[in-house]
Amino acid sequence: MCDQTFVAATFGPCESCDKASPLMNIYIKTEAINYCSFCVEKMACQGLQAGESLASLKRESESLKKKLDEERNKLNDVELNKVAEKVEVLSALAIKTRRVLKGHNNKVLNMDWCKDKRRMVSSSQEHGVSLPCTWVMACAYAPSGCAVACGGLDNRCSVFPLSMDPNENLAAKRKAVAMHTNYVSGCTFTNSDMQLLTSSGDGTCALWDVESGQLLQSFHGHTADVLSLDLAPSETGNTFVSGGCDKKANVWDMRSGQNIQSFESHQSDINCVKYYPSGDAFASASDDGTCRFYDLRADREVAVYEKDSVIFGASSVDFSLSGRLLFAGYNDYTINVWDVLKGSRVAALFGHENRISRVRVSPDGTALCSASWDNTLRVWA
Amino acid sequence: MTIRTARPDRAEHFRPRMHCLKKLEAVVVEMQDPKCGLKGSEQKLNVTTIPHAIAGNDIVSWIANKMKIPTEEALVFGTMLVAYGYVYGLQNHRKLVMCNDGSLYRFQTPYFWPIQKWVADDTDYAVYLAKRNIRKQGLLEPYEQEHYNHLHKWLNPKWDFIVTQATEQYKAGRERKKPDRVVFDCQERAYWILNRPPRWTHSALDSGPDRLMDPNADETQKITFDQYRRMNLFYQQAIMRSKVKSSVSLGALVKYITTYKNHDPFLAPCLPSNPWLTDNDSYWTLNMRMVDVPTKMRVERWSFSLFELLTDLRGRDDFKIFLKKEFSGENLAFWEAAEELKWGTASSMSSKAETIFKTFLAPGAPRWINIDGRTMGLTVKGLEHPHRYVLEAAQTHVFLLMKKDTFFRYLKSPVYKDIQKKAINPEVHNFSPSQLEQNARSRSAGVHPLVLWQQEEEQKAKAAAASAPVDVKAMMSKIDRKK
Repeated sequence: MCDQTFVAATFGPCESCDKASPLMNIYIKTEAINYCSFCVEKMACQGLQAGESLASLKRESESLKKKLDEERNKLNDVELNKVAEKVEVLSALAIKTRRVLKGHNNKVLNMDWCKDKRRMVSSSQEHGVSLPCTWVMACAYAPSGCAVACGGLDNRCSVFPLSMDPNENLAAKRKAVAMHTNYVSGCTFTNSDMQLLTSSGDGTCALWDVESGQLLQSFHGHTADVLSLDLAPSETGNTFVSGGCDKKANVWDMRSGQNIQSFESHQSDINCVKYYPSGDAFASASDDGTCRFYDLRADREVAVYEKDSVIFGASSVDFSLSGRLLFAGYNDYTINVWDVLKGSRVAALFGHENRISRVRVSPDGTALCSASWDNTLRVWA
Repeated sequence: MTIRTARPDRAEHFRPRMHCLKKLEAVVVEMQDPKCGLKGSEQKLNVTTIPHAIAGNDIVSWIANKMKIPTEEALVFGTMLVAYGYVYGLQNHRKLVMCNDGSLYRFQTPYFWPIQKWVADDTDYAVYLAKRNIRKQGLLEPYEQEHYNHLHKWLNPKWDFIVTQATEQYKAGRERKKPDRVVFDCQERAYWILNRPPRWTHSALDSGPDRLMDPNADETQKITFDQYRRMNLFYQQAIMRSKVKSSVSLGALVKYITTYKNHDPFLAPCLPSNPWLTDNDSYWTLNMRMVDVPTKMRVERWSFSLFELLTDLRGRDDFKIFLKKEFSGENLAFWEAAEELKWGTASSMSSKAETIFKTFLAPGAPRWINIDGRTMGLTVKGLEHPHRYVLEAAQTHVFLLMKKDTFFRYLKSPVYKDIQKKAINPEVHNFSPSQLEQNARSRSAGVHPLVLWQQEEEQKAKAAAASAPVDVKAMMSKIDRKK
């Protein structure tokens, strides 16, 4: 767990306007100050001061970036594969398809497990012959198991309360919660059914109050579509990571809306991000065919999972319960299983007939579910 | 927040795929190399001879050899070649897969390669269908007929142009030699199956909604001075942020994996058995929320961290028993109340904040928590205008106290040792094949989450009523009165 974010002061009187609000911890010439997001915006947008120019700001930016890389490298005293040498090699895995779920008439775009470890929700594309279809790209199960949220090209994310009656028309009770200016690419509930976190093609992520539909916090920083997000599994649950078409993976503080860490090492769009089970690291899957592993405490990329024969984009990743295995679904219809520590591929799962859109390990780690554009879902164990 | 217009950007349509297409193309070029590539031969198909046709199994073995991968993977790669339109099949052309047998394939002409970046237009498709219609009435397949009718309606103003184009192309085609014409027809047909796939065909060019932003376009021109300022703020904050040496953080990751190794169902067997493997859900029933006696593995997991103990509600119950014995239940109760405030609905904020203040923070409160003066002062001041994060500082303080002190005392306590002794270790299942079949037939859906949730809510209500805080003042005055 990132102790730094946990203990940082994030609520109190702003040092500029004195209003009590969530605070961003920033530095002005190495002096630490706590401003509310409105004051930070004001500071950023104030007119060019004496001696400042676009070029000088650009130079400052480049030198700061170099300094950040230097700071990161100072603490880089060992590589992951060196540390992993002491760990024993994995024995061969015998993972097979245990269930094939057929029921969708179209590409399955997303799926999520229920906390009861055996149920799941999946979303797909609505079929139309030659007309634009409605793609439901985001879906999530509520922690209580009583509702599901989904959204997509309609620019909204709606919550549907579930019921025991199989004949009940769920669409009637639908509640529109999130409203973006572009497609909704991912959504997840926070620690309760009352808040929803969404990512969108308009380049922002947002936190919503489900009951009132109110926007609680918005997160700006990506310069292109945000394709995926994941909530940190730590006891505080205060941070989340998002990945987008600008090749960046950003870590955000949910309370203040501040972007606290950023990683840019992929060569193409990041399709999916997922936290390591301890919350101290995360993995990303990208269109450049690689999956990468980032250490949050050391603030750098520590592993790249790639192979010459794997050239198609990875669309989704998830960790096994202990974090030793990384399951990645690709656009060449296969799932590769990587050894997180040693960086080698330990298994390849074949069976789907079209690209994999999502892979998710069940909450108790007993199985892996993959959703694919071949209209089926497969459960592997 | 900028609102972006969804204008169909041609380059954007292909951008996410360019990365892999370049590599794929390199392989295709090598495959056709006269020296080390595949050797095609003439094949007879119906009455014509097709030049440069190659058998599927030859392609697969060439790939397996070149990339040093097993046949199964080479077959997948081969399928990708077909699915992206670099290779097309002569028999069964509708299924875009590579078959590891003698079925014939040809390389697609570079004109039709997806790397060319021109989008397969509706107008072009209309011309193609019209041309086929001219050649032989009623030759179109049902799905093509549907497309044709639809295009005829929507492209009606252009229809004359389309028919003229189609007629021209048809006439030009007639002037070619028969073998060339057959080859070109095959190529064109393959191109359109790829770009307008029939219902059950999986084409890799089917890519989903376009992503809107091209980050490479005019990067330097787009960044304004306020964006630079924000970037600089971010960099400064990131530089000052304390980081940890790699040896320490990576060591911690390895430690996590080693700790949880035996609990990972993919690495060590579940006790009694993995429900997905044996179709017997004892594993789930034994580990349910409200179970009386937990399993040994579950109890062991509670000792890994306070987070594990609190997330497993059964573990949290056990922790509460311990805290009750120590008369220090107020810390956890405050933490739970603060969590409810943080994650609750916006409308319940002020009422919850008030209850929390009265129960935990007011001087003389029934469950007064012991936090330092500064934090208390900040919190009480913040409660004047309740906000969901107003208890952050106090909650953090309380949590760290529990994590660094109470948790370890719990692990050494008789309460924990007791539950460790009581915990059960289920026997490993050993099902015979017929028993497994029986299990598969008697699968059930388990308890509905809504039922579980209702039970949980009832339990919470009962617990809240039972553990109503001991009002010390009232008790003391009662004792005084008795005297």
